Order: sequence, then structure tokens, then C-alpha cells
Amino acid sequence: MIQQITILGGHGKDSTPEPVARIDLSMGQVISIVGPTGSGKTTFINDIELFANGDTPTGRRILIDGKTPPAQYREDPSLNPIALITQHTNFLSDLPVGEFLRTHAGIRTNDGGMVSSLMEKTLDFANQLTGEPVIASIRMTELSGGQTRALLIADATIICNTPIVLLDEVENAGIHRTRALELLRQYKKIFVFVTHDPRIALLSDARIVMQNGCVTQFIETDAAERLFAGAVTRIDDTLTKLRERIRMGGRMTMEDVREHAAFTAMEAKA
Amino acid sequence: MKLAICAGPATTGKTSVLRHLTRRLINNGLHPAFLKIDVQFADEDEVFAREFEIPARKIYSGELCPDHCSVLILGDALQWAQKADADVLLVETAGLCLRCAPYVDGGLGLMVMEATSGMNLPRKVGPMLSLADIAVVTKIDLVSQAEREVFRARIIEAAPGVRVREVNALYGIGMDPLVDHILNTPDIPEQLVLRGNPPVGTCTICVGKKEIGWQSHFGVVRALNNQNFYRGE
Ligand SMILES: Nc1nc2c(ncn2[C@@H]2O[C@H](COP(=O)(O)OP(=O)(O)OP(=O)(O)O)[C@@H](O)[C@H]2O)c(=O)[nH]1
Ligand SMILES: Nc1ncnc2c1ncn2[C@@H]1O[C@H](COP(=O)(O)OP(=O)(O)O)[C@@H](O)[C@H]1O
Ligand SMILES: [Mg+2]
Ligand SMILES: [Mg+2]
Ligand SMILES: [Zn+2]
Repeated sequence: MIQQITILGGHGKDSTPEPVARIDLSMGQVISIVGPTGSGKTTFINDIELFANGDTPTGRRILIDGKTPPAQYREDPSLNPIALITQHTNFLSDLPVGEFLRTHAGIRTNDGGMVSSLMEKTLDFANQLTGEPVIASIRMTELSGGQTRALLIADATIICNTPIVLLDEVENAGIHRTRALELLRQYKKIFVFVTHDPRIALLSDARIVMQNGCVTQFIETDAAERLFAGAVTRIDDTLTKLRERIRMGGRMTMEDVREHAAFTAMEAKA
Repeated sequence: MKLAICAGPATTGKTSVLRHLTRRLINNGLHPAFLKIDVQFADEDEVFAREFEIPARKIYSGELCPDHCSVLILGDALQWAQKADADVLLVETAGLCLRCAPYVDGGLGLMVMEATSGMNLPRKVGPMLSLADIAVVTKIDLVSQAEREVFRARIIEAAPGVRVREVNALYGIGMDPLVDHILNTPDIPEQLVLRGNPPVGTCTICVGKKEIGWQSHFGVVRALNNQNFYRGE
């Protein structure tokens, strides 16, 4: 079982050496990657997924348990310890969902008898993340953005079931984001989330800050931030409620935020 | 002289892959030459000559299938490359006719496919894939990891002996193993032989006879209700 993954720094877009030269992530850690659009967040997790060895535009190198990963990881998906959920919001594959998941399960597992149950569990997981039902007979290309992302997350968690999961911008997915995090955190893995979302960032053990193609900081979530996480969650829940209200054609009233305002007043006194 | 022949459907990334390979081969001290075989238009020769200052040329197959054309001209091309002091000849061919494959014994056969093409493509391309040494899957940046893995499985299912290499040919990611394959390819033998069986006979359609109906054609032909039969002149 994999215990640790190491990212050795490369260079930024302007060829300057990466300020954070080494990052070690251990089993069970949840890490966020933050930074402006174009700062290299997607590139960073792609480097991990590709087991970069100085052969990508960033010059980064990836070690697993301190060693260069064996070539079989890329040759045989059943050995690959990494699942990557990309930012893609549509599939290009023209297969029906069921056939696709069956094939993928057949590749990722060594136990052929499990294929059908893995497919069903994956569909079930996906349907907990999106309101639009994902069924086995739809063609992959017909899925909406939300359905696509829900299926990608479910596939990575249930079918890939790898010790390392990389997830690119879950908040843009059009899915039940908090539900996704709850479900994901039931699995002990290394999770790396690319995110702009303070709530997700505060759920993480640490965050990697990116700028101009480089990791510029590694910030561990401190005690003060952890305390603050509760307040951020409430703000976020309140906004989510408002969002749901307008989506359903309702009017927004002070009533919607009263609970939140009461909390804030209470906290200010304390 | 080493030989690598790169085939694949239009716009899959053959030129992009070969450009990355050329740069890396030059960095390894080799002297590549480049040949493009296409039906009626190609500009890759100019690209390679300009970008790498290596011997580069093209040939139009016109009314012949590009792979048939390759059989006829490859001997001359190797002599040309040798005279130009090259030690590896890279051939890019359009691979339009899915009945033929351009690879030769003793040379490396690369088939380029894009990850974005349908999941059934590996089942459709026939000998162009099954006779290759390596299937190079390009445009992996455009699909999810899951789709990439299923596509790879479809290739292996259609062509069990072929190695699959996934690349991003925009940024040159995944190219190093391909370079190693070329470096490990031995020099070509004296007598070159086409790998696998070419399609039956010499087909008059391939050479541009357009009339519909087997009655207008010679060689091995077939009618709707028969097996192939030979029709001499
Ligand atoms: N995103 C992405 N685009 C790619 C990749 N490889 C090639 N392309 C693009 O695909 C297009 C076609 O690439 P070429 O290398 O010209 O393809 P080709 O097979 O040589 O095409 P023909 O010789 O015209 O049949 C170009 O716009 C490339 O930039 C890749 O890995 N990812
Ligand atoms: N270290 C680097 N060196 C060179 N180019 C880089 C580097 N990091 C990122 N890039 C390039 O910058 C662009 C934006 O990166 P991307 O990872 O998509 O950003 P983000 O996901 O943060 O929006 C991409 O074209 C990528 O190839
Ligand atoms: Mg991104
Ligand atoms: Mg080309
Ligand atoms: Zn032909």
C-alpha cells in the first residue's frame, strides 16, 4: 500500500526555479490547490497523474514512496494508484454508460466477478451527486455537464478506488458539492482538490498556492482557520439556500438569512 | 540506417509526434531524414526542412493508394536518405486505405490514433493497427482518464501484440519511450519486405478506374453474391 507521494519542484512559465522545491503528501491527507486561473493548477495535478519525470513542460518529478514510479503504472491501469477527475464536462466516447463502466471496471479490477456490482455501485454513487438521473442505457455523449462530472467522480471513487485521487474544480461541476466531499471522505486516501472554494480549502489539511506556473507556498490549515471553518460553512449554506431559492423561481427575503445573521450576532458577542 | 514508418488517419497528430521525435533524435546525436507520402497535398517536408534543417521531401501518390506507393518508392527513398548522410529515415504516410499497412520488417511501425476518435476506431482500422509495433495515442489532454483507459483497452483487444503509448503531442509529453523504441530499432536489413499480407491482387480501383461494377475491373474482383474471383484480361 502506498504511503507517500512526493512532488519535486521544476520551473515556472518564465523558467525560474519553483520556490517550493519539495512537497510530501501522506496517506489520509486532504490537500487543496489554489491560485488564479492560468496559474498552473491543472498542470500540477496532471504532472502527478502522468508521473512526470522531467518530461513535461514544468520539469517536475514525481516520486511514490520515495522512488521513481515503475513503468507498469502507466502500462496497466489495474496497477495505477492514481485516479484523476479532470475538468472535462463532456465525454467524447460514444458508448452507452453501462458498457463504458463495465469495460472500465474490467480494466481496473483483477476480479472479473465484481464488474457488474461495481457498475451498479458507480451509477448509484453518481445519482447521489446529481439530480438528473444517470442510467446505464444513455450514451455518454448525451450526458449533461453535471451528469458527466458526477459519473467521473463516481468512477474514480468506486471503480478506480485508488489510494490517490486528484480532483479538478469540483465546485464548478453542477453537482451536490458537499455531498461529494462527505462521500469522498469516507475513503482513506490522499485527496488533492483544485479549488477556488474557501469551504473546501478549509476542509483540507493544507493548501498549495500557485502563481505563474509555480508552487509559491505550502500553507497548513492552522487552529484559527479551523475554528473559522464553521462560520464559512454557515455563510456557504446560506448562499446555497439562496441559490436554490432563485433557481426554483422563488423570491429572496430577509427570512432566508435571518438564521445566519443571528449566528453572526451571537459570535460577535462571544 | 534505421527506418520508422508512421501511419494514421488524417489530422491525428502524426506530424506533431514526428516533430517531437526529430528534435529528441537530433539531441541524441542522430541525423534524421524525413519523407511524407500523401495523396495530393502535403507541406510537412517544408516544415521539417525549415525547423530542423534536415533532408526532407514529399511524394504524392496520386491515383495509387499511399501504401502501395510506399512499397514502390521506399527503396529509392532509403538511398536518397543515405546519400544525404542521414542515419534514420522517418516516413509519415497518410494511411488512407484501411486494407493496407505500410510497415516493413526490420523497420519500426508507428500507428497514430487520437484519443478523441470513437471507441470503435481500433476495431475499424485493421492491419494499419494490428501490424504496427506501437500504437501512439495522441490528444490525451482532451479526454478524461477513464476514457483514455477504455480506449487503450479497445486497442489491446483489437491488436493484442501492439504496445500502446499515450502522448500529448502538443507539449511532447510521453515522447521519451518512443525515442527509446527508435534508438533500439536495429539498422534495416539488405532486403526489405512488406510486413503482413498486402490486400489481394492489384486492384484496378486503387489505380483510378472509376466505373462502378465488377464487370469494369480486372484482377481479383467480387460480385455481390460471390466470393472473390480472378478476372483476367
Ligand atoms: N490537444 C492536442 N492537439 C493535438 C495533439 N496532437 C496533435 N494535435 C493537433 O492536431 C492537429 C493535427 O496535427 P498534425 O500533427 O498536423 O496531424 P497529422 O496526422 O500530421 O495530419 P495530416 O498529416 O494532415 O493527416 C494540429 O492542430 C495539432 O496541433 C495533442 O496531443 N493534443
Ligand atoms: N511550470 C510551467 N511551465 C510552463 N508552462 C506552464 C507551467 N504551468 C502551467 N503552464 C501552462 O500555463 C497554462 C495554464 O495552466 P493551467 O494548469 O491550465 O492553469 P489553471 O488550471 O490554474 O487555470 C497551460 O497552457 C500550461 O501548459
Ligand atoms: Mg484548470
Ligand atoms: Mg501531417
Ligand atoms: Zn490500398
